[in-house]
Amino acid sequence: MVYQDIGQHISHQFDEDLESLRSKVLNMGGMVEKQVENALEALIRSDSSLAEEVATSDYKINSMEVAIDEECTHIIARRQPAASDLRLVVTVIKTITDLERIGDEAEKIGRHAVKLATVERTPTYFSEIKHLGEQVRKMLHNSLDAFARMDVENALKIAQGDREINEEYDAITRLLITYMMEDPRAIKRSLRVMWCARSLERIGDHAKNICEYVIYTVAGKDIRHTSFSQVKSELADLEDE
Amino acid sequence: MIMAAPKISQDILLNRESMNIENEFPCFECKDFGLYYGSAQALNNINLVIPEKRVTAFIGPSGCGKSTLLRCMNRMNDLIDSVRLEGKMSLHGEDINAKSINVAELRRKVGMVFQKPNPFPKTIYENVAYGLRLQGVNKKRVLDERVEWALKGAAMWDEVKDRLQDNALGLSGGQQQRLVIARAVAIQPEVILLDEPASALDPISTLKIEELIIELKQNFTVVIVTHNMQQAARVSDYTAFLYIGELIEYGATDQLFTNPKQKQTEDYITGRYG
Repeated sequence: MVYQDIGQHISHQFDEDLESLRSKVLNMGGMVEKQVENALEALIRSDSSLAEEVATSDYKINSMEVAIDEECTHIIARRQPAASDLRLVVTVIKTITDLERIGDEAEKIGRHAVKLATVERTPTYFSEIKHLGEQVRKMLHNSLDAFARMDVENALKIAQGDREINEEYDAITRLLITYMMEDPRAIKRSLRVMWCARSLERIGDHAKNICEYVIYTVAGKDIRHTSFSQVKSELADLEDE
Repeated sequence: MIMAAPKISQDILLNRESMNIENEFPCFECKDFGLYYGSAQALNNINLVIPEKRVTAFIGPSGCGKSTLLRCMNRMNDLIDSVRLEGKMSLHGEDINAKSINVAELRRKVGMVFQKPNPFPKTIYENVAYGLRLQGVNKKRVLDERVEWALKGAAMWDEVKDRLQDNALGLSGGQQQRLVIARAVAIQPEVILLDEPASALDPISTLKIEELIIELKQNFTVVIVTHNMQQAARVSDYTAFLYIGELIEYGATDQLFTNPKQKQTEDYITGRYG
């Protein structure tokens, strides 16, 4: 089931308002993606100046969230959207909250990266983080893509991918625990790496939320807090109707 | 990994009364109902159940047949010679178009209020008492009681209690409309039909009428035709969308306005209809 373009509103201005809203969210998504990318880059390459930049540029994302929120309020006040328009506006309001939090997580990674860059390099940690980071970045990218296309099928697949990220996170946790047991001097560093892994895992959760909102926008089904098998059968029911 | 918990019904979680037409007591019932003006078909194969003590709204573009359908419910179309009906419309299981039905009695049970307020050029008191007098109620004490009850029911007792002997035409448009509703309420009908009751009124009067509609459903079944979709969304429990004489979609208002099943409904309520 792919989002059907159901034609233009009689009011062109309304079409433009919604289109501008959508493109602003995608813009914000792009910025957030870039922040996550830079944070990972800074962490893995121990690039403290890039890490600094990441840690201090979250304000741009925050101000975008505020601006988009306000635009949504205006649309609700002026247009009283209904049905799919209403679901889109609600989805945007929620999506930008998740995007903003992803920005916060990137900022946290940036801060830890600044600290980690000053200590002796510990490449063994980063190969794991690198893998997890790639996975998370891909998931975030795909979920924004699903949002742009309003693609339910992919949204569902991507949301399921969160499970793998959680598994990867658990594996890193176990690994870091062994490092810490082997050498207590590594505890400080290990904890920092741990926090970074934790942030990445959280980013995966937020990306999953975005996918769930996409499904809500298109199918009108709120699938939060349900199991995937349930979601699948409910979506199949919808298609049958 | 901890598996996601099984889904709990959100209705139970939020202590929300789920609107489902199947759990309602039927008031009006249309079965394969159709109507022709001469050779032109105005309503085609309408099947719907109007639940008791709920507000049901009919929406749709001009000429879609929503007023026609409403007018069938107390046989207002009897006055037009060229009208021909098919199928069945029943009130509490009784065919309202059967020969045995007393039309005056039907209209006593099914009151109607029109777009333009149409009070009689009489006093406020006499307007409300009119239907009762027709029924042969003449005792002043009974009339006083019922007039007060009806005006309270129409949420205008406090506004007019000191000027009951004034001419009703001196009231504002919104007050006149509520007076007409009070007049309909006074004879204690079962159903109140409202045909665009607020379209000639200012926003504040409109809100007062809407407030009144929600109160009316405690005692009456309310059916409302409106061009104003937001109004339908605000006041109704169930909404029917009609288009060129056909019932396209009928369901709980919450569902119809957030997630309609038919594309035509979606287009209409989101303003894409053109």
